[in-house]
Amino acid sequence: MLASPVPMHIPDGFLSVLVSVTLWIVSVLVIAYALKRVNADLDERRIPLMGVLAAAIFAAQMLNFTVVGGTSGHLMGAALATILLGPWAAILVMTSVVGIQALIFQDGGLLVLGANIFNMGIVGVAVSYAAYQLTRTLLRDTRRTVLIGGFVAAWLSIFITSLSVALQLALSGISPANIAIPAIGGIHALIGIGEGLITVSALGFILAARPDLVRNGMARPVGGKVVLGVGLGAALLLAVLSPLASAHPDGLERVAEQQGFLSAARTPAFTMIPDYVFPGVSNQNAATILAGIVGTVLVFAVALGIAYTRRRKPTPTTEK
Amino acid sequence: MHHSIEIKQLSFAYPDGHPALERVSLKIEPCEKVALVGPNGAGKSTLILHLNGILLGEGVVQVCSLPVDKPNLARIRGMVGLVFQNPDDQLFSPTVYDDVAFGPLYQGLPDAEVRQRVQDALAAVGMQDYAGRVSHHLSMGEKKRIAIATVLSMQPEVLVLDEPTAGLDPRARRGLIRLLDELPLTMLVSTHDLHMVKELFTRMVIMDNGCIVADGLTDELLNDEALLSAHGLERP
Amino acid sequence: MHVHFLDPYRPRPSLVHQLDPRIKLVLTLSFILTTALMPQGAWPVYILLLAVMISVVLLSELGTGFVLKRSALAFPFVLAALPLVFTGPGPSLGETMLGEWTLRISQPGLERFLSIAFKSWISVQAAIVLATSTPFPQLLVALRAIKTPRLLVAIFGLMWRYLFVLADETLRLIRARAARSGVSAQGEVKPGGSMLWRARVTGGMAGSLFLRAFERSDRIYMAMASRGYDGEVRMLPLPALKPVHWVILGAGMVLFAVLLAIAYLL
Repeated sequence: MLASPVPMHIPDGFLSVLVSVTLWIVSVLVIAYALKRVNADLDERRIPLMGVLAAAIFAAQMLNFTVVGGTSGHLMGAALATILLGPWAAILVMTSVVGIQALIFQDGGLLVLGANIFNMGIVGVAVSYAAYQLTRTLLRDTRRTVLIGGFVAAWLSIFITSLSVALQLALSGISPANIAIPAIGGIHALIGIGEGLITVSALGFILAARPDLVRNGMARPVGGKVVLGVGLGAALLLAVLSPLASAHPDGLERVAEQQGFLSAARTPAFTMIPDYVFPGVSNQNAATILAGIVGTVLVFAVALGIAYTRRRKPTPTTEK
Repeated sequence: MHHSIEIKQLSFAYPDGHPALERVSLKIEPCEKVALVGPNGAGKSTLILHLNGILLGEGVVQVCSLPVDKPNLARIRGMVGLVFQNPDDQLFSPTVYDDVAFGPLYQGLPDAEVRQRVQDALAAVGMQDYAGRVSHHLSMGEKKRIAIATVLSMQPEVLVLDEPTAGLDPRARRGLIRLLDELPLTMLVSTHDLHMVKELFTRMVIMDNGCIVADGLTDELLNDEALLSAHGLERP
Repeated sequence: MHVHFLDPYRPRPSLVHQLDPRIKLVLTLSFILTTALMPQGAWPVYILLLAVMISVVLLSELGTGFVLKRSALAFPFVLAALPLVFTGPGPSLGETMLGEWTLRISQPGLERFLSIAFKSWISVQAAIVLATSTPFPQLLVALRAIKTPRLLVAIFGLMWRYLFVLADETLRLIRARAARSGVSAQGEVKPGGSMLWRARVTGGMAGSLFLRAFERSDRIYMAMASRGYDGEVRMLPLPALKPVHWVILGAGMVLFAVLLAIAYLL
């Protein structure tokens, strides 16, 4: 229903613990800084505005339209949030959107939530901001430039975010870089067009009715240069790194192997199909499997016991 | 002499220059219940927003002899309970309890007092059992009652309501009218519901084009066909 | 017309529902972390983890079918890990011909793939039980307890509250669009218009949604200001945790630690 058609929200289990924790730390630091920036701005309306806009982005993600065949385009919203609110508030809004999607709709995991916030909230917003501002600086600042900037920001935010996802998957040893990056990046280069078109049409609609809103969003950013730099840096880095990584997957692979396959090597006792052929299950394996079964039966017995004793009590009816 | 609300020569224009209020003067005595009627765009909502300083115009607005200006805002907002038309805007918290506690919390009351206020306010509107409920699961009538509770918890002197009966089915409307009748507070109610006005309010004020065009006994004004039709109203 | 289906909470009189949300959140996160830390291919311990998970599902009275169906949500992502099966190192389990390509199935690759799929599957189950057994306002309490900044909690709360209001509005927009998207009686006219046009309609709907959101946030601000709001976020203090909560938390942690120890030491 609400699940995105193409992977962007990473579920739990798909990133190594090291990558997940590192990105949690990065995200927490950036969010803390964004909170400080937003708090310094003394506009009392900002909290209700951010809350309702986060809800609007979520609701707008329900809108989709058919692109080609069975695929449908729909909104991530980072670019639109950035243009309407400025980068710092947009980071908080996207954090809320991605956080709620994980917490109540299981769209994306909880341990990897830091990574998802990093990708969609931080990379998405920073790239959007850099692209939008640069377009407006390079071209003359007119209504058309706002729309072109919106398209570039939206497309780039999707594309670069997807590269970031692909790199993290490769780093975690989930997908080889030479497969993940072209596959995920390629699909999102197309999806980005949908994001761009929706963003532009939405911006056009808002510009026609309330041009002040589009101007206000960008009037606000304090320390916007930092975001611009970071966004530009992230975009260039990912755009350069990705083809490199996919052309020479060995380096990345080695990192991934050290994290992933090494742990497998460390505990040979658990490989159900040990070395090369199917030998008779060794004694040690038999023992652990047996322990597992006994433990499982025990856990079930306790759970069923509790459930049974509760079932016999008349269960209190709660208010509907 | 002490008035609950006293407005003298209040004028206000929106930033685009469009005048919304022109020299409005109005006095409301303690425990008086007054209806405010008039067509859409007459300035009723704009006037209401001046009563607790959301908008600050030219002229004098006093609540219980306290002028409505920047230094008094916090106190004024505790004295004037403003209930907006759309309860989905009024109820912005995840649960009913949080919403009713919002006002007292910002008044800086101690926690125990806040909890007591929430209980009392919900009891006053007959919604004691709804504290833990989530606002979006409520019916329109329930939401309107909770919206009133969210300002009653601040124990205001004056209750100001914008379109309290709009969007209600007949039964919910009847319940709400009964509730308004029972609440022992000074009240200013902006409404299009002239049946309710006739039933509940002895005094009525008609606004049109940013001015007060009539202020008097409901029975007399509602019988003045010429006056009513001049301002787009219909006799109930 | 209301989009109640968006709210995943399912009220039940179960023990899992009654557990303090703060404890529930921390236990859920710890369970997912424990799962993530498990070495791959530790199947006996995986089965224990699954047993723990299924027991919790049983206790929650949510219905195993319900949880299983919802947990299928994460499966499409498994595709991302599929290449592992064919590109992994080490011994081969066999080869299949796919047209001109020869696909070699790597044994460690397959094991890693299955481990990832399994871990992902039970992690999502834990998240589902958390979301469906805890009303969202209580999750907010839990988020406050683990020191989420208040401003963020306030945005979360507002977002959740207006999610439903705006989703209702969106649904009305979608129905209005559907109501006017008929097929022309003239047979040869292709319905639906060009992709560009469809994107413009959708974008216009998104734009009007945002515009309404802006206007609504103004009205909400006025409603907040009328009750004394001054730009700062204030909340009632959280109730204290009872000793029994700490015992449950401790027991859960010990269980996870034991499972990890079994996996690494045995």
